[in-house]
Amino acid sequence: MADKPRRLNLNQKYQLMTRGLDWETTYQSMDDVFPYDKYEGIKIKDWDKWQDPFRLTMDAYWKYQAEKERKLYAILDSFAQNNSQLNISDARYMNAVKIWMQGVTPLEYAAFRGYAMLGRGFRGAGARVACQFQSIDEMRHYQTQMHAFSHYNKFFNGFRQYSRIRDRAWYLSIPKSYFEDAVTAGPFELITAISFSFEYVLTNLLFMPFVSGAAYNGDMATTTFGFSAQSDESRHMTLGLEVIKFMLEQHEDNLPIVQRWLDKWFWRGYRLLGLVGTMMDYMLPKKVMSWRQAWEIYWEESGMALFNDLSRYGLRPPKYHEVATKEKYRITHEFWSTIYQFSHATALYTWIPTNEELDWFSAEYGELFDTVYRPRYEYWAELHKNGERFFQKRLPVVCNVCQIPIFHTMPDDPLMNCCLVTEYKGTKHQMCSQGCKDIFDHEPEKYCQAYIPPQQIYQGNCGGATLEAYKEWLHIKEEETGEYYGSEDHRMWEEWKAQAAGTAVASA
Amino acid sequence: MSIDIKTTKIEPRRVTFDNVAEKLGEGKIPSRYQEVMIGVQQEEVFHYRPTWDPEHEIFDADRTAINMQDFDDLVDPRQYYYGTYVIQRSKQQEALEKNFSVVEKRGLLTALDAGLTERITKIIVPFRHAEWGANTNNLFIAAYGFGTPMPIAADFQGMDRLGNAQYITRIGLILSNNDPEILDQAKAEWLDEPMWQPLRKMLEDSFVLKDWFELHLLQNFLLDGILHPLLFQHLEGEVVNNGGAAFAMVTEFFVDWYGEATRWTDHTLKTAAGESAENKALLTEWRDKWLPEVKNAAAPLAEYIFADRSAEVMKQIADKLDTRSGKIGLE
Amino acid sequence: MAENVFIALQNNPDARPIIEAIVDDNPAAVVNDSPGMVKIDCPKRLVIRRRTVEEKIGGEFNLQDIHLTLISLAGNIEEDDDEFVLHWNI
Ligand SMILES: [Fe+2]
Ligand SMILES: [Fe+2]
Ligand SMILES: [Zn+2]
Repeated sequence: MADKPRRLNLNQKYQLMTRGLDWETTYQSMDDVFPYDKYEGIKIKDWDKWQDPFRLTMDAYWKYQAEKERKLYAILDSFAQNNSQLNISDARYMNAVKIWMQGVTPLEYAAFRGYAMLGRGFRGAGARVACQFQSIDEMRHYQTQMHAFSHYNKFFNGFRQYSRIRDRAWYLSIPKSYFEDAVTAGPFELITAISFSFEYVLTNLLFMPFVSGAAYNGDMATTTFGFSAQSDESRHMTLGLEVIKFMLEQHEDNLPIVQRWLDKWFWRGYRLLGLVGTMMDYMLPKKVMSWRQAWEIYWEESGMALFNDLSRYGLRPPKYHEVATKEKYRITHEFWSTIYQFSHATALYTWIPTNEELDWFSAEYGELFDTVYRPRYEYWAELHKNGERFFQKRLPVVCNVCQIPIFHTMPDDPLMNCCLVTEYKGTKHQMCSQGCKDIFDHEPEKYCQAYIPPQQIYQGNCGGATLEAYKEWLHIKEEETGEYYGSEDHRMWEEWKAQAAGTAVASA
Repeated sequence: MSIDIKTTKIEPRRVTFDNVAEKLGEGKIPSRYQEVMIGVQQEEVFHYRPTWDPEHEIFDADRTAINMQDFDDLVDPRQYYYGTYVIQRSKQQEALEKNFSVVEKRGLLTALDAGLTERITKIIVPFRHAEWGANTNNLFIAAYGFGTPMPIAADFQGMDRLGNAQYITRIGLILSNNDPEILDQAKAEWLDEPMWQPLRKMLEDSFVLKDWFELHLLQNFLLDGILHPLLFQHLEGEVVNNGGAAFAMVTEFFVDWYGEATRWTDHTLKTAAGESAENKALLTEWRDKWLPEVKNAAAPLAEYIFADRSAEVMKQIADKLDTRSGKIGLE
Repeated sequence: MAENVFIALQNNPDARPIIEAIVDDNPAAVVNDSPGMVKIDCPKRLVIRRRTVEEKIGGEFNLQDIHLTLISLAGNIEEDDDEFVLHWNI
């Protein structure tokens, strides 16, 4: 042994700290200890080839994350003490935050558990440690989000019954089924779906414009947890890219499996993001970036650069990405039109955009908006003015894969509805698109199990066969739902504003 | 528009989320711990069966034979949620970092007498693999456990064990002046040295257990309850008494951590045992099944360290564990 | 279309010296400001050098400290004690 300690660099230190901790078991077979990491057909010759781009040891992790948490909670505390909800641009904005709490926060929790499964399940120590860090990060995300939303919950509707509607509400099956689809798949598919397809390829579309939008709309709570979570997310994204390269470098037989997963999870993720795009376009009173523009920057530019880079492994861009690009002019408007008509069956409020906002849409989306969606909104606004706010009577038919109401249109014809049908074991299943139909047809046994809320409701499994009974089962009261203008949230906001104006006058 | 906030009268509509209020009683203000530990894990409406375990739902109460009215009762008395957990650990790591740096700069560990260095090298360094095994087992509970608080505390416990394994690695590297050979040697012994084989077999057997609560009892109560006192109280005391106070500086965290983790382990076992006679009988049965094996696994280590005093040391450790068993309510 | 890599950092005082260092070390970098966030695009390759950041802050800097302000990135990562590099292999 040398007398003077050798110097170890970051990489060497990390290797020693993590690698070699595991061992090849002999009293029990490795396949019994790690029963799940082979059945998908992914072949791994050498787990030691796994590269860790961010070489965090546990002590460094504690240190950095504690610093982030101290900052975050200091801001959340002062936010609550100062009633900073009064600084948001408009109470309509809160509906974006409600969607987050109802639909996204539960996914953070599910990711915590899913990555714990990976952190236990992969037989390579490097991969396991990376997944363990992600697991505990995702736990952080659900908790910081709930702590941030806790204050909003005290004032606004749509938060209080989240643990009930998270599982039961028809529209929340969209994010929920997405994540359950990933977690019920094998470990390599799960990590491909979430770390790569969602976090690397698509998450920028969720966090960057939306959180930036939250900042612009005065929501410092969401901005703070959002950006703070995003600093973890950049580690997760890197893990996603690493895992793809790792699988493809390990064995040539992995390529077709990975390509199929990328096709599937791109489409599934893209469909889910339509909801986020809608939040961004419609629920941010002060606009930062339209969905169309975000799609161009983060998919057409960054996504394509990524797939160019990956082409050396023989990967091609995911199937139907051209369809998604064609839909960039319409998807959020089709989505909003749908939620607008069904919001009386949600814990959200909807509204017709102001004239100023409609002008912004016209500028961002051009002719199609002016010819199709704007007239529709103006018509509904007219109805509302005449006391006939438009709502549908029955719940919509939803896609049996992505669970989104079947409102999407044909790739080359934005006026023609798209509904595709597959018959499996004597039952007809509707799909919203070729992308979803391919997914169903590849694994019909999986998707025919899906819990389809509208069907369940009309079979009487959700508190009764009527919409009223269903809403009671969800614990959603009449005043917590439907039209924004005149709602409890709206009235409270107007009161706050009036009080503020009154005191301003008094003191002047 | 933004509103002048100082003069506006603001009345909250509610105190907390409905499910939290239902559990705690209407109007009661929850702690930050409670607000994120009640009803977060979903229990109904699953879309698809896991392809890796079609017998169960993604989260399924049937993955343990323990029954609880409400698994959310298995709370952590330390009240760790992510923020309080990492802040507490970061304080500890900062203090420990100072100790490490003093020990490294002054060469305090390399100056120990050869006999002590030998014992640390032979016992403590290979133990990093046992800590990794504890990480594996706690991640199993985090993954497949049920209810909100248990998987979360198990995840902390799992990450703590990764931290332990890495701190042991650093101790090894200090002893060897950063020559990684010491780790290879320790691993070779872990794999082949007869002294380690009963423990390695014990751990590998635990890796294939399917009942997460049984695994909790085996890993966090029995294995830790025997091995941590053996290494970080008795061996450590021995080293310190023989002039190796520096060793205590770099293992301080293990001692603090163990005292703290024990509170969680005992509280959750006690809660489960207190829930029903069936739970209590089951936990007792598991304890009786595994305790002799755990003692067997630890015995060769005790013999190596304490030679003819080993039986006496092991008895002291086992007595303490018995006392804990009694307080938990096991027969 | 230029094959850009990008890095996005929070728009706060901690990130300022990092942003300045990136601008110094990457002449082709384009800085985009949006609320709360700064996104820096750069064709094919972007480097953050520890030394340059240290000059800006006048003290020691550990490249892992980037985590405290990092929001997102695109590109393959190479990282050692002195440099953090984002690049596309094309
Ligand atoms: Fe997350
Ligand atoms: Fe993530
Ligand atoms: Zn679909």
